[in-house]
Amino acid sequence: MRAVNPRPRWNPYLSGIALGVVLFATFFATGHGLGVTGATTAMTAVGVASVAPHAFGAHDYLAAYARSGLNSWIVWEVIGVIVGALAGSLLGRRFGPQIDGPPRVRSFGRLGLALLGGAASGFGARMAMGCTSGMGLSGSAPLAAAGFLFLIGFFAAGVAFGTIFKPLWQRKSIS
Amino acid sequence: MMIPWTGLALGILFGVILEGAGFGDPGCLTAQLRFTNWAVFKVMFTAIVVSGILIYASRALGLIHLSDIFVPSVYFWGTLLGGAGVGIGMAVGGYCPGTSAVAMASGRLDGLLFLIGIGGGTLAFNAVFPAIKSWIYAQTGPASITVPQLLHVSPWVVLAVLLAVLVTISWLVDRAKPASPRTTVSPFTPAGTAQPKH
Repeated sequence: MRAVNPRPRWNPYLSGIALGVVLFATFFATGHGLGVTGATTAMTAVGVASVAPHAFGAHDYLAAYARSGLNSWIVWEVIGVIVGALAGSLLGRRFGPQIDGPPRVRSFGRLGLALLGGAASGFGARMAMGCTSGMGLSGSAPLAAAGFLFLIGFFAAGVAFGTIFKPLWQRKSIS
Repeated sequence: MMIPWTGLALGILFGVILEGAGFGDPGCLTAQLRFTNWAVFKVMFTAIVVSGILIYASRALGLIHLSDIFVPSVYFWGTLLGGAGVGIGMAVGGYCPGTSAVAMASGRLDGLLFLIGIGGGTLAFNAVFPAIKSWIYAQTGPASITVPQLLHVSPWVVLAVLLAVLVTISWLVDRAKPASPRTTVSPFTPAGTAQPKH
């Protein structure tokens, strides 16, 4: 079920200016930028450790995350992202329970692709020590070479695989 | 329990902006990878240039020191291949980690599946970490190196080049396909005055 009569999206340049100001405010207030996978990594580690307390040995990558727990700045920031996106989509009449994705794939296949893409993204973000937000955006804003190197890898591989998957997205008007 | 209120407040603003820009929509995000929609480039590049100018202007005014803020170091293969992994994830799954949370919050079940997939990828990384850590986390160059330091130029030169790239590419793609006033709107437009999109 798609949203009925949604309000238009924001202008991309004004969205970018707003995002730049919020990112700067984050640096100014906390000394670091905005991120996401710090929280998903903590949730994964704490979740697995709560089911299987001995899952991680002392030398496991996730051992420190499991010990640190969930009451951290980044986890609350991601809770904020979810609250903000929910509020924004409701106020903008863009909220709609649905399975979204390439129109040429059936719902079950779309969910499989989402799961598979998420796995590639989660693995990649740990390799890079950050995702599009935490490394691409928050690394490039203070002009870190690492941020731009991340974006080069991100767009090169994204465009290559995006071209491979292009036929799945045909017959849909891009808005 | 101490709640870090800056995290919650800045996160809410981050979520409102990402959702408003249309970044909860996998069609909008992956269209950038097919070069049929430039919103991802415009939003990200504008945000980088704006926050970069604010950071370096604050430094020039003595309000902040670069050593006080987190500037990531280059771990060449980890940073590059990790970026590629996140890029492949977007082409295959439609999102990156932050936008999948936005998608889930705006009602998309595939956004939730993407987040579960991130958990799986994180566990896979944990499993192979001992075998790959020596080469993916080998630091390249000095810690926290910036592009201006790497190129031995002023940060203002780099920011000016980034701004020029943003303006040039935006002008080229907007000239090819002018942004319709019906498809986007100022976030500051009062509710009810916006044209509905059909």
